[in-house]
Amino acid sequence: MAVATELENRRFEMDEFLAAEREKDLLRFSTAGSVDDGKSTLIGRLLYDTQSVYEDQVRSIEGKGTTAPGQIDFALLTDGLRAEREQGITIDVAYRYFSTAKRKFIVADTPGHEQYTRNMATGASTADAAIVLVDATKGAQIQSRRHAYIASLLRVRHVLIAVNKMDLIGYDETPFRAIEAEFRAILDRIAGETGAAVEAHFVPVSALKGDNVVHRAGKTSGSMPWYGGPSLLELLEALPGQDRAHDASFRFPVQRVLRPDHTFRGFAGQIASGTVHVGDRLAVFPSRREAKVARIATFDGDLDEAAAPLSVVLVLDREIDISRGDLIAAIDAAPIVARRVKASLVWMDRRPLDTARRYLLKHTSHTAPAVVSTVEDRVDLGALGREAASTLHMNEIGAVTIDLLRPIAVDLYRENRATGALILIDPETNATVAAGMVTAAEGQAVDGDLDEAAAWGRVTDGEREARWGHRGGVLELTGSAESIDAVERSLFAVGAVAIRLDAGEPAFRQHPQLLAAATSALAQSGSIALVARAGDEVTLTARAGEVEVALPAGDGMHVVAEVHRLLRRAGIFISTEGANL
Amino acid sequence: MPVVESAISNVHRAASAIAPPRPNHLRLLEAESIHILREVASEFERPVMLYSIGKDSSVMLRLAEKAFYPAPIPFPLLHIDTGFKFREMIAFRDAMARQVGAELLVWRNEPAIAAGTNPIALDTRRCCGLLKTQALLDGLRHYNFDAAFGGARRDEEKSRAKERIYSFRDAAGQWDPKNQRPELWNLYNARVHPGESIRVFPLSNWTEMDVWQYIHEEKIPVVDLYFAKERPMYVRRTPSGEDALLPIEQDFVARTAEKPQMVKCRLRSLGCSPCTGAIRSDADTIPAIIAELISFRSSERANRAIDHDQEGSMEIKKREGYF
Repeated sequence: MAVATELENRRFEMDEFLAAEREKDLLRFSTAGSVDDGKSTLIGRLLYDTQSVYEDQVRSIEGKGTTAPGQIDFALLTDGLRAEREQGITIDVAYRYFSTAKRKFIVADTPGHEQYTRNMATGASTADAAIVLVDATKGAQIQSRRHAYIASLLRVRHVLIAVNKMDLIGYDETPFRAIEAEFRAILDRIAGETGAAVEAHFVPVSALKGDNVVHRAGKTSGSMPWYGGPSLLELLEALPGQDRAHDASFRFPVQRVLRPDHTFRGFAGQIASGTVHVGDRLAVFPSRREAKVARIATFDGDLDEAAAPLSVVLVLDREIDISRGDLIAAIDAAPIVARRVKASLVWMDRRPLDTARRYLLKHTSHTAPAVVSTVEDRVDLGALGREAASTLHMNEIGAVTIDLLRPIAVDLYRENRATGALILIDPETNATVAAGMVTAAEGQAVDGDLDEAAAWGRVTDGEREARWGHRGGVLELTGSAESIDAVERSLFAVGAVAIRLDAGEPAFRQHPQLLAAATSALAQSGSIALVARAGDEVTLTARAGEVEVALPAGDGMHVVAEVHRLLRRAGIFISTEGANL
Repeated sequence: MPVVESAISNVHRAASAIAPPRPNHLRLLEAESIHILREVASEFERPVMLYSIGKDSSVMLRLAEKAFYPAPIPFPLLHIDTGFKFREMIAFRDAMARQVGAELLVWRNEPAIAAGTNPIALDTRRCCGLLKTQALLDGLRHYNFDAAFGGARRDEEKSRAKERIYSFRDAAGQWDPKNQRPELWNLYNARVHPGESIRVFPLSNWTEMDVWQYIHEEKIPVVDLYFAKERPMYVRRTPSGEDALLPIEQDFVARTAEKPQMVKCRLRSLGCSPCTGAIRSDADTIPAIIAELISFRSSERANRAIDHDQEGSMEIKKREGYF
């Protein structure tokens, strides 16, 4: 009987626990600091003191590391890679998870030295708050300022300045207040530069001793009776959660069109901001066609309304042309449709920015060719000012103008973090070379509106690219007629302008120079000249530019996919998206 | 006209004043994972979902059903079968694939299995290398998959904490932790050269607790081995003085004259039977498992022999191509 009661009690406690868990939200924050600021120690301390570390993990690091005997080196809890443990440094962004009775936390723990800007920007991009570490024995060093700058640039609203190593300065209030005053002045200058004021919170801590990290060390019994404020964790628990994205205007980037059968056509995506209701009248950008929401479908049943950041499927009341990369948005607060945007760019690649090169710009679910046409200036993170620049190197931040071949629907980053953010990809190396935040965009009245000069005279390569989604080129195919047909059909299916020239035609056989002339004329006019040499070969040989691949017959899908890749490698196809090439 | 407009804007204000309730952490994680699943399915030519039958795979499979509903899951499931998986796991796998209507592919390193590869004949590291890593790389290459979903979470192990959601692998399937692409916002770079591929981890930001809570809330079926039951086990004393419980699924595990005992126990994570120890437990429901998790003092991979062969062993395996 006693056992049964105990079981009952446990079940009741569990129900209560699960109910409380259901109420928890999620806060994402980033951390960064210089090499010896004790950042890893701080994170290790947060994890340890919130009982988020398992005993076997503690056991596996006990007696290792650099702290005094009997103490745990908390940094070892977070440095995950072998090189990090060997060198005692943090190399790459690491994500940590812990939870308190109030909420769950995701920590983006970023190193303060190597690739600092790139890593800090990565961590800050998804953060609702940032902890900036300042070494109490050294004051506000350049790393701390950089981090505060990047947090402000990426619109992280709350910045918690943890003045660490208070134990080394005798828990003295005077130097803490001096650092606070100095840092407030820095934050004001940063706000002047980025146009975004952050809400700053200063906390004196000792990560090593645990003072003011989880537990307060003020007032009554603590080491810093002069400090009346909350601990770092108490602050994190009290901050408003994820950017109240559902207050903003409705934005829904279409990720995928779902068409399981002829009765259903829905648009799958994650609501980037705002709220949608059944019956809302919305527009699709950049085409600006309008429709009403007929259904908000989910696996768990239809909804009457849905808000950011839920992933849903929208069904509209009438058939309009919508594909991946389109943005469904509110009509009364429409996004800007533009082919030229100004942006703050964080450069993240070893190869510096090249204004002559073509990059791929990814924005929401849309990827398009783009050129960074001008670099206006570069931020001097040391002096917190701007200087003239013609390019950007790794870890530099600058203001640029980006030109696109096709218009995109954007918002300013300061108004919408989801629809104002972009990345640039190098189409040759496939590296992510830059992160961008839209600072200005000039709207176009009409989709595809051309500027005066381009509206007259000869059609340009750029205009053809914009319309057809690929460049001109030659694709030579040698193999069975079936496999050549399959490739031709696949190009037709994706909307490519591919003109087939059969080399076996009598006229071409008699006058090979005729085939050469036709091929080159087609390629120069922006089409794909598909030179077909049908024969008995089992293997299909495909050649485009300098690249050639031999594809054994068999899986037709595979052969077609490889030819499309070849076209991408040869620079003829310019984007990753199947439908848009 | 202005009157009408102001009436409309009043309605808008009223609507935004009663904003829908804030989604809890599970809804937020779910929305993020669904976004990832849809991006990959839309940007890659031949994606596949690595289905390992465990609780994380079960959650990932449910998220895939949700991501494409009412359309079917647009990619196949691939199970890397070492031949040492629990019989209950294989039965569960086949039933689940039928239930969700997904195509199930199974890949085994048959030559290595025929040669008698097992963790006792070889060491665990070489056994894993052949039956898991090699089999995975061969399977992906055979089908020419360019993106593979895995159910790994960053909270599982320290080197995983540094892995991207889109984890780039070179033509040999290897991971270079020092040369990862920066990943900002939810803008994932899906570009790969021929032969290269991406491993994608839609559950990156989930914790073990999140996974169990989601299974509970969503009533997702999981293999019975997770629930405590009397099971025959070899009970061995470890050097640290604790009991290790080894399942009796494979004959070669038994030492001379070793007799199995009936023990009330369960598995915390599902792997190969010779390398997955059970834990003594009374947790026979999901809330009981969650309660146990709260009181647990060891992380979930602690009962996997394979992660402990040497310090940083998960990182080494991943560099070689392991998930």
